[in-house]
Amino acid sequence: MNASRARTWIMNYVSSKIVALAISFLAAGPLLAEEGLPVKNCTFCHGTSAQGYSTAPRLAGQRSQYIEKELGGFAEHLRDNPLSKKYMWNAVANLAPSTAHDLAAYFSAQPPQAANDGNRDLVAAGKNIYELGIPDANVAACVVCHAPNAEGIRDLPRLGGMSYAYVKGRLEQWNEGFHSTAAPMPMVARSLSAPEIDALASYLSFIE
Amino acid sequence: MKAIWLRLALQSAVFALAFTAIGHAGEKAKRPVSSQILEAKFNYCQTCHGVSGQGFRGYFTMPRLAGQQPQYIENQLRAFSELRRVNPVMRNVSHGLTPAMIAPLAAHFKSLNPAPYGGAPNESTALGKAIFDTGLPDANVPACSACHGPDGKGQGQIPRLSGQLYWYTVKALGGWDKERGQGSVKDISAIMSPTAHNLTQSQVSAIAAYVSNLR
Repeated sequence: MNASRARTWIMNYVSSKIVALAISFLAAGPLLAEEGLPVKNCTFCHGTSAQGYSTAPRLAGQRSQYIEKELGGFAEHLRDNPLSKKYMWNAVANLAPSTAHDLAAYFSAQPPQAANDGNRDLVAAGKNIYELGIPDANVAACVVCHAPNAEGIRDLPRLGGMSYAYVKGRLEQWNEGFHSTAAPMPMVARSLSAPEIDALASYLSFIE
Repeated sequence: MKAIWLRLALQSAVFALAFTAIGHAGEKAKRPVSSQILEAKFNYCQTCHGVSGQGFRGYFTMPRLAGQQPQYIENQLRAFSELRRVNPVMRNVSHGLTPAMIAPLAAHFKSLNPAPYGGAPNESTALGKAIFDTGLPDANVPACSACHGPDGKGQGQIPRLSGQLYWYTVKALGGWDKERGQGSVKDISAIMSPTAHNLTQSQVSAIAAYVSNLR
């Protein structure tokens, strides 16, 4: 990592820690951060420490702007993946925007754990796709939006450590036409073959 | 959904026309690339540079290609390939392009004209416009307009700046020699090096904000 990237990384790291501290300071401690926030409605499916459970993705450590954006996407029925429609549309039906914002900030500040559920043999191939894409197959390099350590930025999601099964499912579903408003992901997914999706999802699942 | 399909159909029709026309226009040495392959390549560019080539701010900032000077695009693609301009992602992209693809792709981007991406910090455009129009003689900074045109649209190998993403311009001017002018062959990018060095950070920011809003 060169000097300016290291600086950027450090600044992002420090500012994210400052935000987390500010939130817990304003809420006067971790216990009170939960008071008034319907966190249990989420952790019921997403796991008690928000690491994800079965098909519900990890929320811990996810970018807060992204969580907020997706909650809006569920509310507007733009994110219409089968399980989104089955569970998340109802989950957000009575969610006020300010609560969505606070929930997003809360989960964003929770420490994430990598899922580590991918295929280790495919990690090298997945890393190659992530960092360089596949020009001959017209697959763009994920890194340009999702950042070198798959941590994402602003409202572009953190992919690092997400469950292999979850990422694979998302890519397959974009390929099938679900969530078609999430440009450019549908286009990206359409250009990926099944083995390439496997490799990418495997690589990502191990990133801390 | 219907609107999206109609747009896609229209786009494909326009592509088929544009690419077959360009393909047949006097290129005796090269066989024209099929419109299917070109469309797939164009979609590939769109993934990062936006559906209308307006650019996108991800972790990196992918610059606006819409309305860009074709000669500039062609030179940059060659520079990535020859490592005169160092960018691992674009080098890989460039390797996937045959020479026969480059001209039609560049011509297609030239024809696009979406609104500027926007999002630049809300600073006064007065300083940026002043430097753009008249330069900073005391700092040996020529007026940008002298080469890039009073409307910032560029010419020949000199790039269009109008509507260029703020963060991209800041990064380019702030670190000109980090990415460009690499390798043993000096290319035209060397011409910007002294100018970039003579600009302060706040001047760079002002110029970048100003051009980012130009149509």
